[in-house]
Amino acid sequence: MSESLTCDVVVVGAGMTGAACALYAARAGLGVTVVDRGPVAGGTTGAGEGNLLVSDKAPGPELDLALLSHRLWAEVAQELGGAVEYEPKGGLVVAETPGALDALRRFAAGQRANGVTAAPVPADRLRDLEPRLRDGLAGGVHYPQDAQVMPALAAAHLLRASGARLLTGREVTGVLRGTDGAVRGVRTDRGDLHAPAVVNAAGPWGGELAARAGVSLPVLPRRGFVLVTEPLPPRIRHKVYAADYVTDVASDSAALRTSPVVEGTAAGPVLIGASRERVGFDRSVSLPAVRALAAGAIRMFPFLSGVRAVRTYAGFRPYLPDHLPAIGPDPRAPGLLHACGHEGAGIGLATGTGRLIARVLTGQAPELDLTPFRPDRFPPTSGEAER
Amino acid sequence: MNPREPSGARPGPAFTVTFDGRPLEALPGQTVAAVLWAADVVSWRSTRVAARPRGVFCGIGVCFDCLVTVNDRPNQRACLVPARPGDVIRTQEGTGHAH
Repeated sequence: MSESLTCDVVVVGAGMTGAACALYAARAGLGVTVVDRGPVAGGTTGAGEGNLLVSDKAPGPELDLALLSHRLWAEVAQELGGAVEYEPKGGLVVAETPGALDALRRFAAGQRANGVTAAPVPADRLRDLEPRLRDGLAGGVHYPQDAQVMPALAAAHLLRASGARLLTGREVTGVLRGTDGAVRGVRTDRGDLHAPAVVNAAGPWGGELAARAGVSLPVLPRRGFVLVTEPLPPRIRHKVYAADYVTDVASDSAALRTSPVVEGTAAGPVLIGASRERVGFDRSVSLPAVRALAAGAIRMFPFLSGVRAVRTYAGFRPYLPDHLPAIGPDPRAPGLLHACGHEGAGIGLATGTGRLIARVLTGQAPELDLTPFRPDRFPPTSGEAER
Repeated sequence: MNPREPSGARPGPAFTVTFDGRPLEALPGQTVAAVLWAADVVSWRSTRVAARPRGVFCGIGVCFDCLVTVNDRPNQRACLVPARPGDVIRTQEGTGHAH
């Protein structure tokens, strides 16, 4: 039987971004329904590491969003910190060569001028921060603002705290539009949900949802593996990664790229990333990718050669061609807002994204200029049904 | 009943392993978990936080509950690792990496 529900806003996607949009919209006084064809955190959120990073962001709109999000995460942590395994552990970026160190220090100087705390660490002081790092590194930069959450727990607890109505296992098959083109809600496989606003928080499937609303958004999946070790006592204190990670993230290559990102977790296992490749939604395990991750991590932390990896998992980062998310109203479909395309930074950027979306929904000025995040900034793809 | 009887298994000659220093008889092809169960040992790990006893849960290599230290390597899954002559099997405390 079809059930007709009315609310102020339907959020499509019960991942981290959808949960944050629901929380801030609900706290702004809106009645929110969250709908997802899978479970909570069943997509990209459940397949990441829970990075809340400012260290890998170059000055610009994404860094501004990361700094806003960082402040909001600290507020959320006051309320839910233990439950979501929030750890303000800080990041340590290391350079293997003097050339890489020069580039890293220049990058950090630019970040410092834009509100990031970034302290250079000479080679002989690296072990004060990370006693098990290998010999012979050129130096690094310490970023105390970097933090971590357990992403699936964070999505679940933010959803619960929002008090939003949650409908899982229910697929949005279309976005309802009136004769004037304005959004009226969504059609699902089990009835319509009526609302004057719909938020697209569908992550790497955000392009598909946009198409169901009759607009184009070129979100592509960029696959990444995480390698999980057996549980260990605390041995790696920070989020530690090599300076070339930043250039890998910014790369447009479809081919496999890996750069070591290593961190301990509250539960004990060490998580090893990060690989990036554009292979569509293919989940099959890639031995070359996983092998490269292990080799990179051991190069940085030699003791890991004696530690066993127990499993690996893959996820799909929602990637937009200019590496910036789509956040804000879509002028092509009044009432439709997008909050997707955060690539590998979606957990960290979720709080800021949720707040900006809530501001737009309630007619208030957002804290940041949304122009760089405009969802209609890309040329239309062929076959687009403009109304 | 001896589980070998209904299956008609005719394993090769038994050998010895130790569990926390105590000699146990094992048969070729048995997993470490099977050897321990046959000796009425059902717990061989304590959990990381609350130090609660653990042994076989799924028994088919899925759940990581039956972790045990074999020949000084912690976190071996007892339900998957075949017992070999002379294996030194020890109860695993927490992560098994405490030293």
